[in-house]
Amino acid sequence: MSYEELLTIEPFALAQDEKNSLLLKNLLSLTEFHRANCVAYEKITDAINFRAESVNGVEDLPFLPVRLFKEAELASVLKSEIFKTMTSSGTSGQRVSKIFLDKETSLNQQKTLIKIVSSLTGSARMPMIIIDSPSVLKNRQMFSARGAGILGFSIFGRKSIYALDDDMNLQFDRIAEFVAENSGRKIFLFGFTFMVWKYFYQVLREKNLKLDLSNAVLIHGGGWKKMVEQSVSPAEFRRALNEVCGLNEIFSYYGMVEQTGCIYPECEHGHLHASVFSDVIIRRAEDFSVCKIGERGVVQVVSMLPKSYPGHSLLTEDEGVLLGVDDCPCGRKGKYFQIIGRLANAELRGCSDTYAAEH
Amino acid sequence: MIPMQLNIKFLIGDAEKFSKIESVKPLEIFSNEACEFLSAVSKKLLAFRNFPDVMTFGFWIRRASTSQMAAAYKNLNRIGRGIIFHIAPSNVPVNFAYSFAAGLMAGNVNIVRVPSNNFPQVEIICSAIEKTLREFPEMAAYVYMVRYGHEREINDLFSGVCDTRVIWGGDATITEIRKSPLKFRANEITFADRYSIAVIQADEYLNAENKNRIAQDFYNATYLNDQNACNSPKIIIWQGAKTDSAREIFWQNLQEIVDREYNLQAVQAVDKLVKFDLLAIDKKTALKKSANNKIIRAEIFDIDAGLMNYAGNSGFFLEYVAQDLTEILPICGGRCQTLSYFGYEISALKNFVNINRPRGIDRIVPFSRTLDFSLNWDGYDLIYSMSRVIAE
Repeated sequence: MSYEELLTIEPFALAQDEKNSLLLKNLLSLTEFHRANCVAYEKITDAINFRAESVNGVEDLPFLPVRLFKEAELASVLKSEIFKTMTSSGTSGQRVSKIFLDKETSLNQQKTLIKIVSSLTGSARMPMIIIDSPSVLKNRQMFSARGAGILGFSIFGRKSIYALDDDMNLQFDRIAEFVAENSGRKIFLFGFTFMVWKYFYQVLREKNLKLDLSNAVLIHGGGWKKMVEQSVSPAEFRRALNEVCGLNEIFSYYGMVEQTGCIYPECEHGHLHASVFSDVIIRRAEDFSVCKIGERGVVQVVSMLPKSYPGHSLLTEDEGVLLGVDDCPCGRKGKYFQIIGRLANAELRGCSDTYAAEH
Repeated sequence: MIPMQLNIKFLIGDAEKFSKIESVKPLEIFSNEACEFLSAVSKKLLAFRNFPDVMTFGFWIRRASTSQMAAAYKNLNRIGRGIIFHIAPSNVPVNFAYSFAAGLMAGNVNIVRVPSNNFPQVEIICSAIEKTLREFPEMAAYVYMVRYGHEREINDLFSGVCDTRVIWGGDATITEIRKSPLKFRANEITFADRYSIAVIQADEYLNAENKNRIAQDFYNATYLNDQNACNSPKIIIWQGAKTDSAREIFWQNLQEIVDREYNLQAVQAVDKLVKFDLLAIDKKTALKKSANNKIIRAEIFDIDAGLMNYAGNSGFFLEYVAQDLTEILPICGGRCQTLSYFGYEISALKNFVNINRPRGIDRIVPFSRTLDFSLNWDGYDLIYSMSRVIAE
């Protein structure tokens, strides 16, 4: 089945059994495609003695650690076909992932995102408030995860404004005006979790500013780590936002720049859902065998989308747990799961310090 | 004088005593008072049976041991250089104590920056030293144990007063500490980032009766420090006729110990996967089967000078079958510290080094002694480096 055909399937309608055979077939052919088109990928899969004929299920496919995209440049298309390079938003000094996109993969990312998000918000475009600063998009050659997210989600906006100026100040008057202009219409808010919390919620609260966003929907994702550091739980996040601006509809999602487009939205029961385009496999760190339902492990993500780079099967550094298959009370089929957080850093013994990192 | 604003915590010694540090007389090397003092510390430490690293240190400084070490330095007219500033690595609990003891045997006043991590071993050893100082009050002028953050002013202060600076902790720490100038006549001992290698004679191994002991020695040399110490082997080189069967048995024996004793955290398993993939991209390699992620083996088919940039830790082993030992010379450069071995005559390996004279390999030891500390370390003679000779 071509990706075009896949896009005609309802994102959360397929039961896992059906989905598995679809995934297996497509992921296997992607594996062969990347072996033929990315020398580094071919070398890696040769070194682990990969044999397509010994793959019986999706979980038998090889996976790359997501961090490899920070350490090596991996592409399955010619340099001339790369039309944008996306990077993860690492803090200064950290290495960032580099993801090479050609037109086809980039377009499929966008179409996939539209399919998944419109299943949550409906397909009508809405007035949009981007909770970020326009400066994120200044450099069009290097797309950061934040920039890519904003651009991707902007498709759902009919007319949009940025909530923050270049110096990250909240443009309250502009927002209030925008809300008034669009009274009666559903407004779409989008932002990265931490941005929403720090530059939107906290400012509204500290300055005791009131906005009525009771007829709005917020989609936010990324960077729970910073929220965990500030001990803000997802429930507290919802409650706090509702308190300052009456927001009721809040959707979080799990996703990463290495598999843009295939996001995993959180349903009204607080469960993350895998759409028909991608899936999660939870693995035991000890031997990378597959965890049972309810057992914590390292999250692997597979996606039928990545073609211009070998990112169709990735082992993340997130810890998660599979909650169930096909039976979430929200009615969505397939796997549903929960992300617990980043894998804890190991403090290795040995005589070489990481002196600088200790500061 | 220590400026008031500096935040130094003295575990042993104090600011007032420190103000007179430059008037303390150095001792001769292996002085009776230093060795007696260490012996008394040793007696207190040997009670801590739950801490094998504390016990091992305790053994190392007992009278019989220091006398034996002293024998190699007999009839030398050497006395301590004066003040030694030791910067211990933050992630090895007892290294600071060895550095200190060597400084004292060499006849010096010692300022030791202990690990920033709150290891119980630091507490145990410092407390034993403190109690012993009450019995040997005249030794108190020679011991300062300090803890402080990465504060440049404090590094400046201690660097400016010392006659020898000893920096453990690798390249990054050396870079940082070297921002603080030394006195013109001061010298410096730096323990940079290094790696170690191991050779096993397969046929000798197959003939050996104590394979469990060998596996345990190898385990101690590697996993006890997350294979992250400079003396832990990163690559295993096999020689002999039956390398295949020897390898199978060797790794199987190790697997049993590792499964029982080693706790692999998830992020370490992921790290090893990243390491392997990076290796596979740049070098021809093959992943060898193992029961789980605790042992990852990557067979290598060509040895070149850049190979060790792909080495890992936490049980990540490069493996190479050599027809002739000279094939490993490209990785015996200046960053190569220890050659540990099983199944060779030491003379054959010494010969190998003497004939080929690589820039690296400062130690040749059997597996069982890979982690043993000695006064000859990283190519330095610590006693010579921390003392001066009076010529006649």
